[in-house]
Amino acid sequence: MPGLSNEIATTVKAAYANRTPLNISGAGTKSFLGQCASKSKPLDVTGHNGIIEYDPAELVLVARAGTPLKEIESLLSQNRQMLGFEPPFVEAGATLGGAVAAGLAGPRRAYSGGVRDFMLGVTIVNGKGEIVTAGGKVMKNVAGFDLFRPMARSMGTLGVLLKIAIRVLPMPDIEKTLLHWESDQISALKKMNQWPCETQAISAASWDGRHIRIRLSGSASGIEHARSTIGGEFIDGMEYWQDLNNFRLEFFSQAERLWRISLAPMSEPIDANSRQLIDWGGAQRWLKSDAPPASIRSRASQLGGHAECFSEDKTVATYHPMEGGLLAINKRFKTALDPAGILNPGRMYPEL
Amino acid sequence: MSRSKPVKDPLITQLKSILPASCIVDDPVSMKPYECDGLSAYRQMPRVVVLPESVEQVQAVMKTCQQTGTPVVPRGAGTSLSGGAMPHKNGVVLSLARLKRILQINEDNRTARVQAGVRNLQISEAVQDLGLYYAPDPSSQIACTIGGNVAENAGGVHCLKYGLTVHNILQVKMVNLDGELISIGSTALDSPGYDLLALLMGSEGMLGIVVEALVRLLPRPQVARVLMAAFDDIQMAGNAVASVIAAGVIPGGFEMMDKAAIQASEDFSKAGYPTDAAAILLCELDGTEEDVIAQVERVEKLLAGSGAVDIRLASDESQRIRFWSGRKNAFPAMGRISPDYYCMDGTIPRKELGDVLTRISGLSAKHGLRVANVFHAGDGNLHPLILYDANQPDEFERAEKFGAEILDLCVAVGGTITGEHGVGVEKIDRMCVQFDDSSLSQFLAIRKAFDPDGLLNPDKAVPTLARCAEFNAMHVHHGQLPHPELERF
Repeated sequence: MPGLSNEIATTVKAAYANRTPLNISGAGTKSFLGQCASKSKPLDVTGHNGIIEYDPAELVLVARAGTPLKEIESLLSQNRQMLGFEPPFVEAGATLGGAVAAGLAGPRRAYSGGVRDFMLGVTIVNGKGEIVTAGGKVMKNVAGFDLFRPMARSMGTLGVLLKIAIRVLPMPDIEKTLLHWESDQISALKKMNQWPCETQAISAASWDGRHIRIRLSGSASGIEHARSTIGGEFIDGMEYWQDLNNFRLEFFSQAERLWRISLAPMSEPIDANSRQLIDWGGAQRWLKSDAPPASIRSRASQLGGHAECFSEDKTVATYHPMEGGLLAINKRFKTALDPAGILNPGRMYPEL
Repeated sequence: MSRSKPVKDPLITQLKSILPASCIVDDPVSMKPYECDGLSAYRQMPRVVVLPESVEQVQAVMKTCQQTGTPVVPRGAGTSLSGGAMPHKNGVVLSLARLKRILQINEDNRTARVQAGVRNLQISEAVQDLGLYYAPDPSSQIACTIGGNVAENAGGVHCLKYGLTVHNILQVKMVNLDGELISIGSTALDSPGYDLLALLMGSEGMLGIVVEALVRLLPRPQVARVLMAAFDDIQMAGNAVASVIAAGVIPGGFEMMDKAAIQASEDFSKAGYPTDAAAILLCELDGTEEDVIAQVERVEKLLAGSGAVDIRLASDESQRIRFWSGRKNAFPAMGRISPDYYCMDGTIPRKELGDVLTRISGLSAKHGLRVANVFHAGDGNLHPLILYDANQPDEFERAEKFGAEILDLCVAVGGTITGEHGVGVEKIDRMCVQFDDSSLSQFLAIRKAFDPDGLLNPDKAVPTLARCAEFNAMHVHHGQLPHPELERF
């Protein structure tokens, strides 16, 4: 689809010349993240889709950014492979480009890696309308800057994604969920962080206030061994992980604002009063709270992490503020890719 | 060697005002070891070498360099194989070797906070009693430092399963040219703003001086077993690698050696390799006992199905270590069969292994130089070792040409000119083959964003467009790039 790539490049080039801000959109499944750029001109990239290259023996897939994840997952599963970062909103139509730009990763994040960890290369249109390639489609590559990885979590503010090469993973033989009763948070955190020393089979660990749920992935014998080592009882259904990843658990429907707190897994509990759901073995904590945003952010900072507001409510910024020195280099990096500031300006931060 | 010092260098005078005398090396004899790194064919004496002992001293040096417009070449242990730490003739070599403290080990979160000059293996040694280790294990891990590992995004045997440096570091503290100390990343798995941590990995000292890193530690696998499989045909060995991975097994390490490498290693290490084989594979499987037993069984079948003529499972830990010793000592073993060797580092899609190895042996005949292959087959990362004799008039030039053609071949089949050694000075022209002008301009713009005056490790890693224009004018034959039939990613 070189025609369409060039068309996107031409559109961006014109926008660069006229200083017209663009609002890049895929399927729109994550429009709740970040601020909407109201005065921007929409640039719908969903037409730029299709899987370009996939050879199961390479564990690499190259696709255009507008490709629906559903199409990718379906092809991968025919070959017993999968996306290692478990992106959400697959059923809702999310695209590969959107998954990369938002950088959300599912319960497997703490065990297999996040979006950035699976990226191998990209082709983008930068803010001047130039087509730029970084990385490639092989596992190890240190030629040129790893410009492709920071595309993850950049919310389209660094470039319009055209092509993305990602590493994929073999699907485990089987997966099972183990349940442990545990009502004490500190004790739950300890267990979730000790068990990976005893088995490599853990691919997810969450705590909902009453139970620890552990997902085991691997061979039948490996999983049986893991259960005998760490205890607990097998329970039915893997839907829990799907529901957790797609914000469908009952917890998410509570009225308060939804906060995502990212921190070191063994960090002490954030606060005793709010409802919490812990994922990533403690490294990602969902919080339902209407406490002042500043106090939630400062508590997250104090613990060495950061807080993101996932509410539809646009009066609260999604992303955690950055300090002066760090913000300054983020700005310089943004300007190196998008000198006129026309790519999703303000979507992440007013300054970017 | 005595040489009268003519005029005092004002830069050195200024450095002496901010650093203790013991942190400055400026006489030619003592500076001599710094004139090159692991790629000794490229040499340049520096203007001065500084070895700060604190982060504050690094900051002071950086400020001085910025004020005086002096180029800065950061250096860890100097094990780079691409000339990444080769000095600049007007510049300061900034050695981080004295920042060598392990600052904190956090057993709960399984992390270690270390200074840039801490050696890679030292981290694993320090946490051994806790049953933990630091996974990336470049061959130089006894000597190389974590700061250098960040600069090169170092890999190693285990990165197939456990990732590269980028996957195993959570946070880096770096000093920019203003002398400002900036923390990038955090103790969490992600951080506010852009993922500059990922950008720093493999940035070859062009974005800032890394002074500290927070690394992830992994629990040591309970069991590790290694299989050795011999093949009569190198193409079949290449295909066997692809078939194991396609079947859904990710080995802890998956290495290949060709006939020349097997012979040299066996003579040197007595590892028990079959010297009549065309290629051997070493496949390490690790995890819990149950997992490993299941995987070994599966991999044995796959290897047999791919045409392996002999498959041996190391019966115990000492045999496992012996099997690996041949691989680990393959480079020194080359020193016995050739006065010099030139190590290349391209990565290719796994399915191309057989073909590319066959074509490399064709190039070997063409250039009249022997080649041995010892490499990370699991991730397609080739290390052809070109054997030559530097004392023969044109042999190094021929080796370089041979190497360059291997790299062009890697790019042509959809790979890259460097998997883990970096571009440095060595492969800077090859960047013009792999990337087009707009991509290179973008890299240069990023470089400039961090270093407007072009003082951080200048003239390396990313070529200017003028350089590429000149290179392409010489390199393009009959108006075509090498392998024009293949689409560049």
